[in-house]
Amino acid sequence: MTAILSPLPGTFYQKPSPEDPPYKAEGDAVAVDDVIGLIEVMKTFIEVKAEAAGTFAGYKVENESPVNAGDTLAELS
Amino acid sequence: MTLEIVKPGLATSIQDLGRPGYFHLGIPEGGAMDRLALRAANLLVGNDEDAAGLEAVFLGPEIKFGAEMTVAVTGGEMPILLDGEPRDNWTSFNVMPGQTLSFGYLKAGARIYIAVSGGIATEPHLGSRSTYAIGALGGFDGRALAAGDVVPVGAAPLAEEGLSIPEALRRGPGKPAELRVLPGLYWHRLTEKSQAAFFDDAWTVAPEADRMGYRFRGGQPMEFVDREQPFGAGSDPSNIVDGCYSYGSIQVPGGLEPIVLHRDAVSGGGYFTLGAVISADMDLIGQLQPNAPVKFVRVDMEQALAARAERKQIIEQLRESLNQPG
Repeated sequence: MTAILSPLPGTFYQKPSPEDPPYKAEGDAVAVDDVIGLIEVMKTFIEVKAEAAGTFAGYKVENESPVNAGDTLAELS
Repeated sequence: MTLEIVKPGLATSIQDLGRPGYFHLGIPEGGAMDRLALRAANLLVGNDEDAAGLEAVFLGPEIKFGAEMTVAVTGGEMPILLDGEPRDNWTSFNVMPGQTLSFGYLKAGARIYIAVSGGIATEPHLGSRSTYAIGALGGFDGRALAAGDVVPVGAAPLAEEGLSIPEALRRGPGKPAELRVLPGLYWHRLTEKSQAAFFDDAWTVAPEADRMGYRFRGGQPMEFVDREQPFGAGSDPSNIVDGCYSYGSIQVPGGLEPIVLHRDAVSGGGYFTLGAVISADMDLIGQLQPNAPVKFVRVDMEQALAARAERKQIIEQLRESLNQPG
């Protein structure tokens, strides 16, 4: 398991917009630099990118929940 | 002498102690959100306390040094790495040309201050190097730093390595952070129930909080004393005829979410302000993360002035702690 960590504190979004599906679903292939979510802070949305390749094993944080820097957002297997 | 921004972080900007004297023209004082931390960082590297350094929020930058210099990082807690090797915060260390400074995840606080011996040496505007990004004024082309920026650094001798600020003088917010508030000009607009609730309720920092203002949520909606809105005021009871805002003042648009105006604040407008966070506690706000718990604590003018005097003493103790030999 490889964890994808939040680079900074804010609000985590699994989807690019409320109408869209989450960036990744379990079993999806993930390449380095693939976007897996967004962090909102200071009226800015920052893309969270995978730093390793693998298979998406699921989000570890609910959509729209507050996160701290270093929190595990998702896992790759 | 220069340093190069390899990765900028989220919103890393050049800040000094600001440009007082232009707020009546709509230009905010600006400067470091945590002034005490910037002063400490400057003292550690042998600079004047008002020299310009870098302020990074939530996410540290990656910086490559173009010359030998002394560096200190203060403020929030973020692991410091020089070419991958850990360094202590609130402590001076030397760097060689070509070495790279980077940071781990933020552990506590919100903003770090990076001072280099000689100080950041961009051109001052209206007497300050502080970046006022919304007004495209000061700093590096009036904006936050970007990858590839080469930032000028003043010439200065290296400072002593291993100088450190005593832990007792590293001031940060508690949990909850207690922010002392002096009720102000429009306090009478709130009902007694809402006046009490403002100080009783548990608030948290909203994710929108930035250099202009810190927004808080979680408390009860405020109720206003009935009145016929005066000519020129908007129809919402939280509106007033346009007036001046003070730095630190607390406006509550719609009576819902209090906003404390901070260093890059607007200077006036049409919202009532219930009071102001006292000057001694403004630095603490600069170290609050989104969702951090906050309590507002009522003080009177006498207590506010005593707190200001106490804060001055901390600055004096900082200076003394670094002047002692050995």
